[in-house]
Amino acid sequence: MKNGKFGEYGGQYVAETVMSSLKELEKAYEHYKNDAAFKAELKDLLDNYAGRPSGLYYAAKMTADLGGAKIYLKREDLNHTGSHKINNVLGQALLAKKMGKARVIAETGAGQHGVASATAAALLGLKCEVFMGKEDTERQALNVFRMEMLGAKVHPVTSGTMTLKDAVNETLREWASRLDDTHYIVGSVVGPHPFPVMVRDFQKIIGEEIKAQMLEAEGKLPDVVIACVGGGSNAIGAFYDFIEDKEVRLIACEAAGHGVDTPKHAATMTNGTVGILHGMKTYFCQDVYGQITPVHSISAGLDYPGIGPEHAYLSDTHRAEYVPVTDDEAVEAFNYLSRTEGIIPAIESAHAIAYARKIAGALGADKTIVINLSGRGDKDVASIARYMGVKIDE
Amino acid sequence: MNRIAEAFKGKKALIAFLMGGDPDICTTEKLIIAMAEAGVDIFEIGIPFSDPAADGPVIQAASVRALEKGCTADDLLNMVQRVREKISTPIVFLTYANSIFAYGKERFMERCRDCGVDGVVVPDIPHEERGELSDACEKFGITQIALVAPTSEERVEKIARNAEGFIYCVSTLGVTGIRDEIRTNITATISKVRNVSQIPCAVGFGISTPEQARDMASVSDGAIIGSAIVKIIGEYGAESVEPVRQYISRVRSEMDVIQK
Repeated sequence: MKNGKFGEYGGQYVAETVMSSLKELEKAYEHYKNDAAFKAELKDLLDNYAGRPSGLYYAAKMTADLGGAKIYLKREDLNHTGSHKINNVLGQALLAKKMGKARVIAETGAGQHGVASATAAALLGLKCEVFMGKEDTERQALNVFRMEMLGAKVHPVTSGTMTLKDAVNETLREWASRLDDTHYIVGSVVGPHPFPVMVRDFQKIIGEEIKAQMLEAEGKLPDVVIACVGGGSNAIGAFYDFIEDKEVRLIACEAAGHGVDTPKHAATMTNGTVGILHGMKTYFCQDVYGQITPVHSISAGLDYPGIGPEHAYLSDTHRAEYVPVTDDEAVEAFNYLSRTEGIIPAIESAHAIAYARKIAGALGADKTIVINLSGRGDKDVASIARYMGVKIDE
Repeated sequence: MNRIAEAFKGKKALIAFLMGGDPDICTTEKLIIAMAEAGVDIFEIGIPFSDPAADGPVIQAASVRALEKGCTADDLLNMVQRVREKISTPIVFLTYANSIFAYGKERFMERCRDCGVDGVVVPDIPHEERGELSDACEKFGITQIALVAPTSEERVEKIARNAEGFIYCVSTLGVTGIRDEIRTNITATISKVRNVSQIPCAVGFGISTPEQARDMASVSDGAIIGSAIVKIIGEYGAESVEPVRQYISRVRSEMDVIQK
């Protein structure tokens, strides 16, 4: 990490107007991350409010069924608000409060990060406004209502493709117009420095817990850690503590939608090229003139045309593998985990389950795979029903 | 002396933005010629981009219109090359970093030089990332214009020290767009620039009436008008050449009231 960059990726490609706020944030974060009182307060919130540590569950039936490596599930789905998003949001909301910001804003795709932000804001007494693509507010109407119940104001975004990337654009615009009292809670390891570093630091607890839990359960490190990747916060959270443990394979599953050979996918590392957007240099799905191309995934959380800059670096340096998983494979895995283990995974996390199913059988019984189960699937039940052509009354 | 420096000689510079390819390339070309005749000193031509995060609704809409017509950076480079046969007014591209990056930085700047583009304003390249483009710009003699904002404070001097062409002084927080009133203390920002440099300072963001342009130019070296022009083009489309010419004439005469 040098000048906010991982190799050539990352940086601060933003309007001059917000540079002073990024500097202010960087300074505050550098201070508080080593501040004992801040760390204690955050730990208390994570342990007693979010429910950490999350469990590491040995999936015996899935292991037996796949007939290869032992499968463990890291249960981020059991966190308060139902996903890993709360880890980051509590950290950033607490930091915002320490910085004297009375208001937080956030972008959201499916609504998980928006709900987590609204939750943390309610808890810490901050005003919260969430920007969400109009198309997503319709697809995820329940989450819009949930955010409103928590006291947040939701702004439907009607620019561009009316999805997550446009919600990010709109949140950036809002931030540039009101910097004094407002902190932008970026939801993933994306955006300008220091966000990718800060969000990763708030999420790395996932991998630290996996390591300790695996040493206790198996007396050794896992052979493989698998996570889904959109922007990449749950993946980097699971991977980070293992980066120096070169013997541990790190696999990130990106959304291949209808397939990487079709235009309907969000497989940034498989099909993207290096570009600059949302404050960072990294891989994006784009055309030859640099116009960002519409992406598709059944999972709103992975439906993003970019990827965190640290992932771009981990891919280039071959430390982590980035593999595509299609909508069909994810839905199959969604149903598989529900029936095999009685756990309904988030459709995002189902991408990681799907890839584990592909490789577990070929690995020996002495090998172990940890799948980061980043979220629970309650939010997806209606859209899976639609996908399967089942009519239900929501 | 290069064309940009020349534009600030003996008068307040009227700098006009329009989105390239809105409503179509042919109209953009006619607009440029008419606006040059009406007294524009420097053109900023926007390269339409899918994700213009520094722009307000008016310019976002223009970007969408231009992209729907299929306008590309190549179309705009070729258009500038044609316009160059008729006018010598300096032309800079106002473009997001990704349009240059995707084109290839060196190839883009080389084409700019060959087609007669004088400089680039890149709103998502702040001082810290200036190095991203500076080598390519220097190699092909393309001026890289820097922006300062009301929040820049102690950053202003650092930015001004390395600045070339002119400094784009952003008048207000937020994104591009029309504003009723501009409250920021521009004079304070400009005096910070003057501590380290005599480079011309032009004020942009929010200026729409001829009076606002005059007022902003009176405390600086020039006024930048964007959304107000784009709004007329949005309204009149291919018929916008005359209304825009008239608007520019009014701004020009109001600005000429000020003696430099």
